Amino acid sequence: MSANLTALAYLIASVLFIMALRGLSSPETSRSGNVYGMIGMAIAVITTVINPEVVSYTWILTAMVIGGGIGAIIARRIAMTDMPQLVAAFHSLVGLAAVLVAAAAFYNPAAYGIADADGMLKLASRIEMGIGVVVGAITFSGSIIAFGKLQGIVTGNPITFPGQHAVNALMGAVIVVLVVLFAIGPESEWFWGMTLLAFALGFLLIIPIGGADMPVIVSMLNSYSGWAAAGIGFTLENTALIITGALVGSSGAILSYIMCKAMNRSFISVLLGGFGGDTAVSATRSDKPVKAGSADDAAFIMKNASSVIIVPGYGMAVAQAQHTVREMGDLLKGHGVKVTYAIHPVAGRMPGHMNVLLAEANVSYDEVFELEEINSDFSNTDVAFVIGANDVTNPAAHEPGSPIAGMPILDVDRARTCLFVKRSLSPGYAGIDNELFYADNTMMLFADAKKMVEDIVKAL
Amino acid sequence: MDLANSIDPFIYRLAIFVLAIFVGYYVVWSVTAALHTPLMSVTNAISSVIIVGALIAAGPVEMSLSKVLGAVAIGLAAVNIFGGFLVTQRMLAMYKKKQ
Repeated sequence: MSANLTALAYLIASVLFIMALRGLSSPETSRSGNVYGMIGMAIAVITTVINPEVVSYTWILTAMVIGGGIGAIIARRIAMTDMPQLVAAFHSLVGLAAVLVAAAAFYNPAAYGIADADGMLKLASRIEMGIGVVVGAITFSGSIIAFGKLQGIVTGNPITFPGQHAVNALMGAVIVVLVVLFAIGPESEWFWGMTLLAFALGFLLIIPIGGADMPVIVSMLNSYSGWAAAGIGFTLENTALIITGALVGSSGAILSYIMCKAMNRSFISVLLGGFGGDTAVSATRSDKPVKAGSADDAAFIMKNASSVIIVPGYGMAVAQAQHTVREMGDLLKGHGVKVTYAIHPVAGRMPGHMNVLLAEANVSYDEVFELEEINSDFSNTDVAFVIGANDVTNPAAHEPGSPIAGMPILDVDRARTCLFVKRSLSPGYAGIDNELFYADNTMMLFADAKKMVEDIVKAL
Repeated sequence: MDLANSIDPFIYRLAIFVLAIFVGYYVVWSVTAALHTPLMSVTNAISSVIIVGALIAAGPVEMSLSKVLGAVAIGLAAVNIFGGFLVTQRMLAMYKKKQ
């Protein structure tokens, strides 16, 4: 295959990748979009394999079968509630693959046609490789920590120590120096120095960030994995990698932006970390009276309502309550109640987390609404049923000076009755008390989310 | 002066890169919020096109450090490619409308 044909095949693969993303504009087109993505990947792989430089297939096939088999098994078995950690784990693999490919090209630049007259890596390629390998390494170790936090192996609380930001800044500066040194003279000391330091930096960047900020972090690492791929694409002079890296990089960046906006926090403040977690639990709790109810009360109220909006949050995912919630919704519909679902952009641990869980539980996607679509409906809704969400409903967001001031919230307090499924009155991630618990029209349902909904289902 | 030949090929690649960022920007803004999780898993799968770099490294017959690194990278990227596309497919199959 000539170099031109190869380049054309890569172009076709890139176009198919764009169509894969484009398909996601609606659930109907998304499935064919995913197929375009698979075809694009097959074209890219086959084109490369039939290249004259690739002559030995044993290792390639073995690695593909092992890796592909593991991937296929994971994809089939993973619980939908575990998607955030799966995505984080996948990001780490892209990061590590980028580092390994860079290392392979560093030791054998001639194979990629990027060697200079002395058989050394070209100057331009060295700069691009330096950037690609550093971003790849940060993606790898950062994603490992994000995975650990989401999986519960590493504490979800922010881990901070004095001088943390200074240490990070210093490491960043040293990495820049090493990239420059590597560009001047491509010694393996510089290569591994910058790579190892970038591994350490990725680790340190993510440990101070708390669990509920993970939607931003997972999106950010998604973006980084794209930039790493693009960096390696420049090094290897491969357009498919450059285009795909740019697509993924901008996709992750947009998602991070949407998530930050939904919390009214700046990207920098999320990155600096230290928000929420244990330190905040000491927040003063008010002694105001709380109205608590039973499952029977809740069932009675909802059965006699004409409309119910269900507001799910991370707690629903933790309790694996999505199927029971759907069952409750169906029973209510049987009583002639209009049931809809309202989703806050940062509900859960990654963008779109709640939508996937509801889809898994067979909730029709035209009953599920985003914040801005449904927020005005609360004022003429009988019951808001909040399950496993807290901060995203806290009216404190309307008060200047509160830690979540300005964050767009779901106005569940406007509903005639607000049912709040929660284990206790403990504050949410932001560490502030929720006024809503003490409101006259709020009834607290103290129990495990799944247990409570099961009891309501029985009572219905 | 022959303008077309005096431009460094890097500039062409940079142009492709910048334009692809714009394409990505507009395409991703049109993705519905309900599908943001599948968006992440599919971008994950397609960014593993980095496997093409690994394939070239693992291609030669002679044993070398590059070949080993390439083979490991193929394995990692393959986990992502198969895992990413299949889990996306599994998720997308769940998005249904009322019958």
